[in-house]
Amino acid sequence: MEIVIAIAIGVLGGSGVWLLLRPRTFQVIMGLSLISYAVNLFIFATGRLSINQLPIIGGDRPLDLTHYADPLPQALVLTAIVIGFAMTALFLVVLLASRGLTGTDHVDGREVD
Amino acid sequence: MDFLLNHLLIIPIVLPMAVGGLMLLLGERRTQLKAVLNLLSTLALLATAIALLIQANSGVPVSVAVYLPANWQAPFGIALAADRLSALMLLITAILALASLIFSIARWQKAGVHFHPLFQFQLMGLNGAFLTADLFNLFVFFEVLLAASYGLLLHGSGPERVKAGLHYIAINLFGSTLFLVGVSLIYGITGSLNMADVAVRIGQVAAGDRMLLEAGAAILGVAFLIKGGSWPMNFWLPPSYAAASPPVAAMFSIMTKVGIYIILRLSLLLFGDQAGASEGFPRDWLLYTGMLTLTFGGIGMLGSQNLGRLAGYSVIVSSGTLLAAIGFGRPGVTGSALFYMLSSTLALGAFFLLLELVERSRTFGSDLLAITREAFGLDIPTEEDEDAEADAGVAIPAAMAFLGLSFIACTLLLTGMPPLSGFIAKFALLTDILNPSGLTPEVIDPITPTAWLMLGLLIASGLTGVISLMRAGVRTFWAPAGRAIPRLRVIETLPIAALILLCVLITVKADPIMRYMDAAAAALHDPRDYINSVLSARQLTGKLSEAHP
Repeated sequence: MEIVIAIAIGVLGGSGVWLLLRPRTFQVIMGLSLISYAVNLFIFATGRLSINQLPIIGGDRPLDLTHYADPLPQALVLTAIVIGFAMTALFLVVLLASRGLTGTDHVDGREVD
Repeated sequence: MDFLLNHLLIIPIVLPMAVGGLMLLLGERRTQLKAVLNLLSTLALLATAIALLIQANSGVPVSVAVYLPANWQAPFGIALAADRLSALMLLITAILALASLIFSIARWQKAGVHFHPLFQFQLMGLNGAFLTADLFNLFVFFEVLLAASYGLLLHGSGPERVKAGLHYIAINLFGSTLFLVGVSLIYGITGSLNMADVAVRIGQVAAGDRMLLEAGAAILGVAFLIKGGSWPMNFWLPPSYAAASPPVAAMFSIMTKVGIYIILRLSLLLFGDQAGASEGFPRDWLLYTGMLTLTFGGIGMLGSQNLGRLAGYSVIVSSGTLLAAIGFGRPGVTGSALFYMLSSTLALGAFFLLLELVERSRTFGSDLLAITREAFGLDIPTEEDEDAEADAGVAIPAAMAFLGLSFIACTLLLTGMPPLSGFIAKFALLTDILNPSGLTPEVIDPITPTAWLMLGLLIASGLTGVISLMRAGVRTFWAPAGRAIPRLRVIETLPIAALILLCVLITVKADPIMRYMDAAAAALHDPRDYINSVLSARQLTGKLSEAHP
């Protein structure tokens, strides 16, 4: 499972960085989204990977940390997703404003000759 | 009164949030009412900052005040902590905010909607970042202040601002992802997000995990270096600061200092004596990055043709000086660096405000401003405008003399020339760098090559600053042709004059201020008091539920 998660984070992060360095604003926003997915997965993984573990104490499980998943990274990831979502929306508005004001979707506001 | 004192620490966060939210409810008009609300809130923040500063300095009741917002004991709940450094940063923020706000009332508040709510949210984010003692909470406050700053940077709109804003947002979003990676790595290794708790646990980290921990700290550091404007991650800074409207740019002069503040706080808290093998690992990185930033800023100042970019590069010079000084890792140098930060941040704020008034007198180069004014109807008088003009429209006499003198004062402050506080700051910095054990040491230490290098860079950056600012001044004030004498209003000149006078006051009162800075630096270098205060803060019990059953 570790290797799958690691590859997923790597592929998302790598594609994200590549897109971020492209000259079109749409590619940049896609790149930023992919990077934030990679980071969200990464935060998730810092709580250690486990299957079928509850984050909340309850049920008939023994009160012992080995029987529960770490709830904190899950809370962190939720916050990060919400903030990332809002920021992407905001960036989208600026992107459209830039397109409207300059007439091009190049990140520098003008085409390179 | 007692209630207020108990909850003093949460006021700098809750008050701007409430006032900002209230202003959103008022809709897009009623600018004057919002301006009054904004002013009242900012004044209250200034009073709170002063109260916290006095409390931190006198140590009555405690020198590190801790507040548990959710009434959960640290490290389980989020804690806020105010020591001398935090109180100082709050005070600088409040002073700059007041100055930019008063300046913006004359004209700029009308350049777009929602200036005032965004301004308050920006203050909330800044204050929160200075007060929080929790890494993830720090991330949230960073996002609040960044989100507000995106809106403020775009205030006034126009192609220049949108282009600069696009770059600024993209870079900061990427910086935030680095921030998250760093924080989660640190959490993964130490199992805590509370700064004080992490500091305690860092010494017990297994040798095999140390590499990962240091990588996490370094990634976190890169995120703050981007925000602090350190080379080579600062190419976004001069264009954005030059594009921002003047009151916003003045506020932004504290934004880079947030990055510097966190680096100062975390590098000394996490990698102090108790960090075991990781002790002092960020030091050399900060030293050399700072020196390179200083060099870059100095060269950039020489190369700037436009006043806005010149100011942007002065921000970089200030950041570079601070980073390098932190990199020396000695309490004396840190204390002088804090003094330098106080003086240079206020001077930069005054400089950004001054630039617009200076630009107003230029015939060339003012076309951009004219376009934005025309596009947003700033010069088309409406009834409300005329009222405002009558309120604020007292033009001051001898406008050019005021501009010239303020320009000279800013030049002296920014380049560290005598007799103002910039000189004292640089002098203290150099003294502490060259004489690690004070002026009358028992054993005279040899001066290290890095100290010589720092001496050279500080003097050289001062020189390039003088040359470029003098050149700009000569072009602006002594070039004879086609110069209209601008009409300056009291309300626009007042904040600039106040900021410069404050720097004069800092010069006069240098002794007590320097003592305060040295005490703040000593506490940073020996963070046991901070750690103990945060971790031993107790929950409040009973009272609330008794009062409201």
